[in-house]
Amino acid sequence: MSLTQPVSAPAAVAMKLSVEHLGVVFGRDGKSTPVLDDINLEVSEGEFICLLGPSGCGKSTLLNIMAGFLSPTSGRVRVDGEPVRAPDPRRVFVFQERGVFPWLTVEGNIGFGLFKLPRAEREERIAHYIRMVGLEGFEKTYPHELSGGMKQRLEVARALAVNPDMLLLDEPFGALDSITRLIMRGELLRIWEAERKTIIFVTHDIDEAVQLADRVVVMSARPATIQRIVPIDIPHPRDISSPRYLELRDGIFQQIGLAHKL
Amino acid sequence: MHDDSKAKVSLSVHLRPLAFIAVLLLLWDIGIRRQPSHLLPTPWGVVGGLADLVRHGLLLKYVVASLFRVTWGFFLAVILAIPLGLMVGWHRRAEMAFNPILQILRPISPLAWIPIAILWFGVGDLSAIFLIFVGCFFPLMLTAIDAVQSVPAVYVHAGRNFGLGSTGLLVRVLYPAVVPRLIVGLRITLGIAWLVVVAAEMIAVSSGLGFLIVDARNAGNRYDLVVAGMVIIGVIGLFLDIGMRQIEKMKSFRWGYSED
Amino acid sequence: MNSLSEPSRWERFVWPIAASATLLALWHYSVLWSGTKVFPSPYDVEKGMAELLKHHVLWGDIVDSLRRVGVGFGAAVMIGVPLGLVLGWYPAINQVVNPTMQILRPISPIAWIPVAIIFFGVGDRAAIFLIFLGAFFPIVVACINGVSNVPSVFRRAGRNFGLTPPQLLARVLLPAALPQILIGLRIALGIAWLVVVAAEMIAVDSGLGFLIIDSRNSGKRYDLVVAAILIIGFIGLVLDFGFRRLEKLRSVRWGFRSES
Repeated sequence: MSLTQPVSAPAAVAMKLSVEHLGVVFGRDGKSTPVLDDINLEVSEGEFICLLGPSGCGKSTLLNIMAGFLSPTSGRVRVDGEPVRAPDPRRVFVFQERGVFPWLTVEGNIGFGLFKLPRAEREERIAHYIRMVGLEGFEKTYPHELSGGMKQRLEVARALAVNPDMLLLDEPFGALDSITRLIMRGELLRIWEAERKTIIFVTHDIDEAVQLADRVVVMSARPATIQRIVPIDIPHPRDISSPRYLELRDGIFQQIGLAHKL
Repeated sequence: MHDDSKAKVSLSVHLRPLAFIAVLLLLWDIGIRRQPSHLLPTPWGVVGGLADLVRHGLLLKYVVASLFRVTWGFFLAVILAIPLGLMVGWHRRAEMAFNPILQILRPISPLAWIPIAILWFGVGDLSAIFLIFVGCFFPLMLTAIDAVQSVPAVYVHAGRNFGLGSTGLLVRVLYPAVVPRLIVGLRITLGIAWLVVVAAEMIAVSSGLGFLIVDARNAGNRYDLVVAGMVIIGVIGLFLDIGMRQIEKMKSFRWGYSED
Repeated sequence: MNSLSEPSRWERFVWPIAASATLLALWHYSVLWSGTKVFPSPYDVEKGMAELLKHHVLWGDIVDSLRRVGVGFGAAVMIGVPLGLVLGWYPAINQVVNPTMQILRPISPIAWIPVAIIFFGVGDRAAIFLIFLGAFFPIVVACINGVSNVPSVFRRAGRNFGLTPPQLLARVLLPAALPQILIGLRIALGIAWLVVVAAEMIAVDSGLGFLIIDSRNSGKRYDLVVAAILIIGFIGLVLDFGFRRLEKLRSVRWGFRSES
């Protein structure tokens, strides 16, 4: 069974984001390093996509370009048909180094992007998302008083509060311990199923990718290309000991060249 | 082709601050000429003043005098304050004992000590050196205390774990650990010393750059010399600072900055 | 830090008191032993302070000194903070202006006294100008460093949420840089306090610095001199303390390493 053909999305679902012949070359001191090479990708609305690859392979760069923080050297990214040129609240980025603002409380952070709303509505939204990520009781707490997992949840809440079309997450659970990581994955899926945003999630953890994504985009090391796109056709909640799960996971393991028996 | 445009870019980039200074000098010049009193010098006047000083051999003499005092005062403060500070920082109880005293003495301008300095040492070199010493002692001691207390406990534990005794711990763990911070403190305190020497010389001695400023004004309103003196003070202070920063950059000290 | 035995709570008071008492005793006995007729003993100083308080001179001088610091420091903040923020945010502009600042910075405010007197005459305004100079550069430098050290995540997050550049500056950069700016302000306030005393010794006729010079000149009242020195130290300490309290505010506390 071929795993290289992307499962074609039903015609009724809109194309949210498309990456066309994207290439990125970093030049420094006269030496140019190709980072991304001819990336092509199409993401449907409401899909959960994982960009999977070893550290430093350029997937974060790709994500930053999708968000509009960086410009590609060649090719482009289009969202809803329009090329991406600048960051925008409709595509909210959840940062790797925990970008919650330390000088604001939990409430302050979640309400940060809501400055255009009237006060009553803003407060309602803040309360809603505090409940959604399970931070009740910590409204007036400052980030440095929270644990790592709570900070991450705060960041997700802040991102969701502005009601974006897309969430871009850059290894958000990387700094958390493995138990918290498992919990956070479940939380993210729960939120995704409730609100069905398009999510693009960068990770180097194969299990994480197979547990979360509708499709896993397997990327090679620098210069990064898309090796394969693996659709995960297991419905949620996924049983991580089911044969299908293991089959897909091991397939990716082999793809990346790792034996799954140590 | 690529390198050519890069070279052009870097040249114009370096010219810009110089252009800015040139504009300031021009404004200075115009501002003075429009003044009826003509008391303050134009930039050219300052250059003339500098030439004057060189011709009379005073420039070198005054610079050396000021640097001499700074060196002595600073040096004395270093060899007293740093070991004391390291010891006090190491022993919690000692720090508890002396911290309040240090905190009260620290905010006192060294100049406030002038009457005492003159009382003890008369008007002259020793007074100035004493004032510089006082001005440097407290910041240096506090820097040393802070440096010791910032050494992560893990280093000390590791040292003990490998069987180091007190001396070994001091030499092989503490000293390398505190050196980066100490050097930054030394640089800042050297800047303070330079500030103090100028002020001290304006009041308590009869040579040196600070004295030049006061004397030039008193003996004939030679403001060109006054401003020339200020420029020299600024330039030497700058060199001292750059010199210390170069020492900070030396490879063997660099490890302390990797966290930034 | 090396204490394998943790000091108990009462020790926090005992040790400083013991150390201060010892120093006072040393002071007292060296005065006695050396037979000096001029240098005051702790008793003399205490009596001197009481005398100053009784004659209401002291309060006037304290108020004068504080007032000058308030105005000079306030002006330095109002001009220096926005300037520093802009320079920190636009490295291109900073690169042009910085060399000029680096040359002006090491010139002691005291060296500016003759120039200040020309512009402002002998009096309050000259002192305030000098205080402004002393506080200005540390404030600008702290703001520049504060802004340029803001992690780029915050900037990107701000842009992501659709903030315009002025909004970015006010809602992200300023709060993020605030801890470092506060440290700079605290240091600048300390410098302002140093400068005011020095300026009052030279250029005005009221205030704590003037009190020192005057006490000595009109009657060799060294007891008053030392009393004034201690008061200067104490007030400087209070100012510093007050600022550190600001640093403890929760919306800023995140920026400071937790004191173990």
